[in-house]
Amino acid sequence: MKKVFSRLYLFIIFIFLYAPIAVLIVLSFNDSRTRAKWGGFTLRWYAAMFRNETIMDALRNTLLIAVLSALIATLLGLTAALSLNRMKQRKRTFVMGIINIPMLNAEIVTGISLMLIFIALGQFLSRWGYMVEFGFGTVLIGHITFNLPYTVLLILPKLRQINTSTYEAALDLGASRFLAFRKVILPDIMSGIVSGFMMAFTLSLDDFVITHFTKGPGFDTLSTKIYTEVRKGIKPEMYALSTLMFVTILLLLLLSGVRGNKEKATVNSSKRRQAV
Amino acid sequence: MSTKLIDLQHITKSFDGQVVLDDLNLYIRENEFLTLLGPSGCGKTTTLRILGGFEKPDTGRVIFDGKDITDLAPNKRQLNTVFQKYALFTHMTIAENIAFGLRIRKKSEAYIRDKVSYALKLVNLDGYENRMPDSLSGGQQQRIAIARAIVNEPKVLLLDEPLGALDLKLRQDMQYELIRLKNELGITFIYVTHDQEEALTMSDTIVVMNQGYIQQIGTPEDIYNEPQNAFVADFIGDSNIIDATMIQDRLVSIQGVRFACVDTGFGTDRPVDVVIRPEDLKLREIPEDAGEGSDAYEEALNRVRKINPGYLTGTVSHLIFKGVHYEMEVQSGGYDWLVHSTKMYPVGTKVFMSVDPFDIQIMHKPESEDEQAVGVEDI
Repeated sequence: MKKVFSRLYLFIIFIFLYAPIAVLIVLSFNDSRTRAKWGGFTLRWYAAMFRNETIMDALRNTLLIAVLSALIATLLGLTAALSLNRMKQRKRTFVMGIINIPMLNAEIVTGISLMLIFIALGQFLSRWGYMVEFGFGTVLIGHITFNLPYTVLLILPKLRQINTSTYEAALDLGASRFLAFRKVILPDIMSGIVSGFMMAFTLSLDDFVITHFTKGPGFDTLSTKIYTEVRKGIKPEMYALSTLMFVTILLLLLLSGVRGNKEKATVNSSKRRQAV
Repeated sequence: MSTKLIDLQHITKSFDGQVVLDDLNLYIRENEFLTLLGPSGCGKTTTLRILGGFEKPDTGRVIFDGKDITDLAPNKRQLNTVFQKYALFTHMTIAENIAFGLRIRKKSEAYIRDKVSYALKLVNLDGYENRMPDSLSGGQQQRIAIARAIVNEPKVLLLDEPLGALDLKLRQDMQYELIRLKNELGITFIYVTHDQEEALTMSDTIVVMNQGYIQQIGTPEDIYNEPQNAFVADFIGDSNIIDATMIQDRLVSIQGVRFACVDTGFGTDRPVDVVIRPEDLKLREIPEDAGEGSDAYEEALNRVRKINPGYLTGTVSHLIFKGVHYEMEVQSGGYDWLVHSTKMYPVGTKVFMSVDPFDIQIMHKPESEDEQAVGVEDI
């Protein structure tokens, strides 16, 4: 009896979590314009979506922003983590605190403040005839800003685990500082770098709030595109688009999950070998 | 054993205002097995790191083979280091680990293969080329770390407490291995440890350090038999360190009893410290039932006086069996003397206690707290 209830409970939780998405996915294949009835299976919304140039534009923007912002945030995060790693405990805790605050900050506050700073910067630069154009550049900077703490957070622990004498051992054996870093430090923190990049990529992919405040007119990513389209009235193409976004992120998550498990497996097996 | 290979001149180093090394002067000869010995925080590891190039001294120069290398980066020095925690590259195989230095020097693959298998043979681990470091035991990992260092044919091998993480049996085996390696390779070893037994076993020269100063430099025998101050005596092995008065040359008063000794030049009626090793104290049971003046009593006393005209009487207050010997404490004149003897005297036994004049080591008393940590050059 108890078992039945606990199963039921779990079932209800999954319903709550996934029913909306399931509805979305089902509707994206529905060959009928009304949401109320099932008109048969179709892929035409997907086809329409791929033909829609504004959506394709938004998709290109989204991917470009996601890749670039993840890449730059990972690089910046790596350098930040490297110098944090060399700091004394108290100083490091303090700086880490400062880095973590934007992560906990309400996204809308970050969005508005980014918008304000771009406007202020624009006014400041206008004295010399320059201007800040809201669009690709501002969105990219915004995304790098909110991605950065996550990459630091994922890379730093890997660095902390490294036995510092391995780096010194490499120097001792004749390696230059760069070579020692590349051959000894980098392989050990690669998993952190990769998961930092994936995290940043995923966050950037589905960000709406910050993009909304920094994008300006005429520039859209998928999330802002969906938002504007939906305001005009929901088109089934949007279901298809949302489904695709969901599936993409799900795949990314699965991928990083598999990676994580693999890593654990190798650690375990080496531990076992040691025990033998 | 002649030329100075390394010369440390007036090295001073402090971290966050705390002086770790204060005007350290030390030279190391070619082919020497030199050990830096001292408690943690004495500056021995810092000295090694300055040699390796991982720390820069605040003042002073490091001369290597006649050249000033003070500002040279670690990767440009002809020294290799064996680190305390092995520091193997965990994502590389054993062969890749050992080949690391050779690859950087762009040696040919054939040369590298030969060298790696030679180095593995040298540390008794041939056939381990394709294993990963994680799959090796601590002792094996340490051997690999040594192989990785010596494969580059350094002039000097620096070893930073390399056996610290190993268990006792393994540590003893590795001590013999290291001596063998040093003899086979004919290179200079500079070894850092806080383990006095390790230092005594392996070294040609021991440098005893404390609080950033060198306390004494000498052969293991010198350091053990003739410690120059109470710190060295206390740090190296067990010892009895007692207040005494130097009455004149070759005569010292310990607990009011005059003992013959062999030291001279301490002046007359001067307070000194006396060091007596526990195994040098000779005990003889006082025949109690016979009583003072009896033949048996006189005979025992005469035998004791043959060792040294001076003697003490005391009572055994502690007894522990230590395997080869018994460790006893003998209470005499308010001091508990530590005695090692192969003969057992039960607790409560009244004994005569004497010591050969050669085994009494006289030391100057430090005049102030500071002087306890003074460099040997100044004594």
